[in-house]
Amino acid sequence: MSDYEPVIGLEVHVELSTETKVFCGCPTRFGAEPNTQTCPVCLGFPGSLPVLNRKALEYGIKTALALHGTISPLIKFDRKNYFYPDLPKNYQISQYDLPLGRGGYIMVEGDTGKKKIRIHRVHLEEDTGKLIHPEASPTSLLDFNRSGIPLLEIVSEPDIRTPDEAHAYATALKANLEYLDVSDCNMEQGSLRCDTNVSVRKKGQETFGTKVEIKNLNSFRAVKLSVQYEIDRQIRQLEAGGKLVQETRLWDPAKNATFPMRSKEYAHDYRYFPEPDLVPFVLSKGEIEALRETIPELPEERMERFVKGYQLPPYDAKVLTSEKALSDYFEASVRLFSNPKQVANWVIGPVLEHAKTPEGIASFAVPPERLVELLRFLESGKITQLAAKQVLEEMVRTKEPAAAVIQRENLSQIQDTGTLEHLIQEAIRENPKTVADYHQGKENAMMYLIGQVMKKTKGSANPKKVNVLLKEKLEEAKP
Amino acid sequence: MDLFRQTAHSLIRLIQEKKSSPSEIIASLRQRIKAVDPSLHAYLSLDGELQAPESFPKGSFQGLPIGIKDNICVKGRLTTCCSKILEGFRSPYHATVVRRLLAQGVFPFGRTNMDEFAFGSSTETSCYGVTFNPWDRKRIPGGSSGGSAAAVAADEAIWALGSDTGGSIRQPASLCSVVGLKPTYGRVSRYGLVAFASSLDQIGPITKDVEDAALLLGVIAGRDEMDSTSADLPVPDYRKALKKEIRGIRLGVPKEHFEKGLDPEVEAIVRRGIDTLKQLGAEIKEVSLPHSPQAVAVYYIVAPAEASSNLARFDGVQYGYREEGEDLLSTYSLTRKRGFGKEAKRRIMLGTYALSSGYYDAYYLKALKVRTLIKQDFDRAFRNCDCLAGPVSPTAAFRLGEKLEDPLTMYLSDIYTIPANLAGIPAISIPCGFTRSGLPVGIQFLARPFAEETLFQVAYAFEQNTDFHERKPL
Repeated sequence: MSDYEPVIGLEVHVELSTETKVFCGCPTRFGAEPNTQTCPVCLGFPGSLPVLNRKALEYGIKTALALHGTISPLIKFDRKNYFYPDLPKNYQISQYDLPLGRGGYIMVEGDTGKKKIRIHRVHLEEDTGKLIHPEASPTSLLDFNRSGIPLLEIVSEPDIRTPDEAHAYATALKANLEYLDVSDCNMEQGSLRCDTNVSVRKKGQETFGTKVEIKNLNSFRAVKLSVQYEIDRQIRQLEAGGKLVQETRLWDPAKNATFPMRSKEYAHDYRYFPEPDLVPFVLSKGEIEALRETIPELPEERMERFVKGYQLPPYDAKVLTSEKALSDYFEASVRLFSNPKQVANWVIGPVLEHAKTPEGIASFAVPPERLVELLRFLESGKITQLAAKQVLEEMVRTKEPAAAVIQRENLSQIQDTGTLEHLIQEAIRENPKTVADYHQGKENAMMYLIGQVMKKTKGSANPKKVNVLLKEKLEEAKP
Repeated sequence: MDLFRQTAHSLIRLIQEKKSSPSEIIASLRQRIKAVDPSLHAYLSLDGELQAPESFPKGSFQGLPIGIKDNICVKGRLTTCCSKILEGFRSPYHATVVRRLLAQGVFPFGRTNMDEFAFGSSTETSCYGVTFNPWDRKRIPGGSSGGSAAAVAADEAIWALGSDTGGSIRQPASLCSVVGLKPTYGRVSRYGLVAFASSLDQIGPITKDVEDAALLLGVIAGRDEMDSTSADLPVPDYRKALKKEIRGIRLGVPKEHFEKGLDPEVEAIVRRGIDTLKQLGAEIKEVSLPHSPQAVAVYYIVAPAEASSNLARFDGVQYGYREEGEDLLSTYSLTRKRGFGKEAKRRIMLGTYALSSGYYDAYYLKALKVRTLIKQDFDRAFRNCDCLAGPVSPTAAFRLGEKLEDPLTMYLSDIYTIPANLAGIPAISIPCGFTRSGLPVGIQFLARPFAEETLFQVAYAFEQNTDFHERKPL
């Protein structure tokens, strides 16, 4: 097995989050009634013509620049000709020999450590419609709402060597796109789609092995699993003396395996030629530089800043910056509460636990201001660490501010010695056997009694104070 | 007075002077169509109701009707490009030219016949049958805008719109003795013109005289946000160019347009036309367009290549004709096999071949390079000339069926018109004389990009000093 080296490349298609489609004025909103966001242009009706949406081009160029790529000064589109019902013109307006961006790289950190994965090209094209096959129906349906949504294709060089690296690349690319705010990168809604190219070769071999393309990867987990599966399958095949065929395989997430695409293999000749309906034009250096200026801080930079600026451990900084929303949440909180490590612990810990996913933070029930209120109660000693976690849970559930939860649940730390003494007396009365054990020198008995008192206070007492008072009372009660 | 015989500009005057009304004009036209169209078949259908004249803006053309070639979209109307594959298709939107016409009070009155998808020079490839030449019904009217040209020539239309990809306005105009203008590429929006070859197509006027052509171009020309290839240049008042003297204008005569293949009778007529202009003070110069003999070859790579892609959308999925097969592939192939005519299939095959991998460089790319050379020929010629003059078509109208089975000969009938499309320059055909057997012959003028005013100036001067445009076939 270890005689082989996998060679992996990724093709990522990402829908750009422009208000309108790339060649017409139709809205791009997801989830509308089928065929309500269409016009003669995106339906490919006779006589209609495309007009380029400048915003989509700008998003594309911004992305290519952020990935350290070179921008083509001549912007030109081509037609990619093939027949399929979801493609209303039976050609797709795309970019062939002059992609808007060439070259560049992303820094990723997978199981092989920090590594530069080079970008091959970035180009802009139009998305297709959606073919829907209702169950038990002989007919298929078409929804053209997606037809004409701007799509950016980002192709990596075959620099990836392990399934984990593939996962790390996809994650890093997604984070970059989110920071750039050019796409919502929602894999479930199909706004980010991923295909992988996998081949294996003997270690030390210069030439590439036979390449297999894997489609239908609906999560980054699927990217990793399918690449691993495919590597194993290819090596097994070769070891058994078999040959590999260049093919497209589909990932079946239920079976955790790839299968050859059912459809017949056509030798595709896309007959690319320059799109005559869109006039090529030159982008000035000034225009390109102006777009470069609009690139915001990217995940890599933000992580470094978190380490240096907030003195966070690199691990914390990495987790926090893995999603723009999460790092924004952290920063908004730190601005109000200047104990970065404490905030980081809370965000990476309980907050992330309640938000379920880093993406979920955007719609998290507890905004930064409210988290900070909670942290202030904790800092002032009004509540205990344990109570604070309970309060957060309630805040998520009821969407109330911390103060309201603390009051309602009576969770503020009991400072009043009288109340505590009363509860301690109660505990001593109720547990004569344990008290006797204590007086016979059993230290465990003390711990048990503290627990009983804490229970009565619903965790809202200061354990140290309970300890001191309890000791006093026990001494008094000594026979 | 027969209203149907009038030009648009004279009818507008009659309407303004309240001597006539659009409803009278329409009634007169309907009568005329009833009388002559059964033997000509220029129209496919008449688009019915007339809007009340008072509903049009003041100072506009107030309801003047116009014939529209069947490849220009009118909302709610059949737009079939005379192809079975678009059977029953009604466009959901107006072409930009139609919107502009309506805004000026010109309304689309009838759909005119054409070669299927404008593939042809004789209007014989229409799925609805041929149009006959009003001057001789045994002959073709030219094409592909044969319906528009025949309708205007036979006074069945006041004026009409055609489209010109390789001569489809000018050649039928020449063969029917009317005025036909192909504007500069980008002068008129193509939005709503069913594409044949996107880098060559232009919509243009087919009219009874030069003044009407100037008037109509003024209505339809101009930048359109819906067409990226439309030029952002102001639209002049083209009628101002009409009365300008042509004394001293430098008129180039491309020698390649008078070489073998040109019918001697046609040559003599065109040369006489050039003499007329010389007498009016034009300075005549012989010029050379050395690459123009390659124009037809280049055209028959570029145009079918673009057409093969443009026509891919006609697959029976969303609209038009559909032949249900066993599976997707057979539905595609049955629909296209039965929906497209012979010439359409020929061009789709040609274009698909020219774009195929392994052939692209040898055909398409090479054709684009020669296209550039052809453009440069014109640039050079226009350094010393203001306008070029020559024949439109190598022969007068040929007999029905004469060239239908011989595509190569058919293609050569556009040999003098194709270069203007490849170079993107404007060109006009106006009546220039008649053969001994009484068939009309046109003369073509070509000018620099966006110099339509020069064309109108020269054409108008010629028209004012000749009477060919006044002769009527019926």
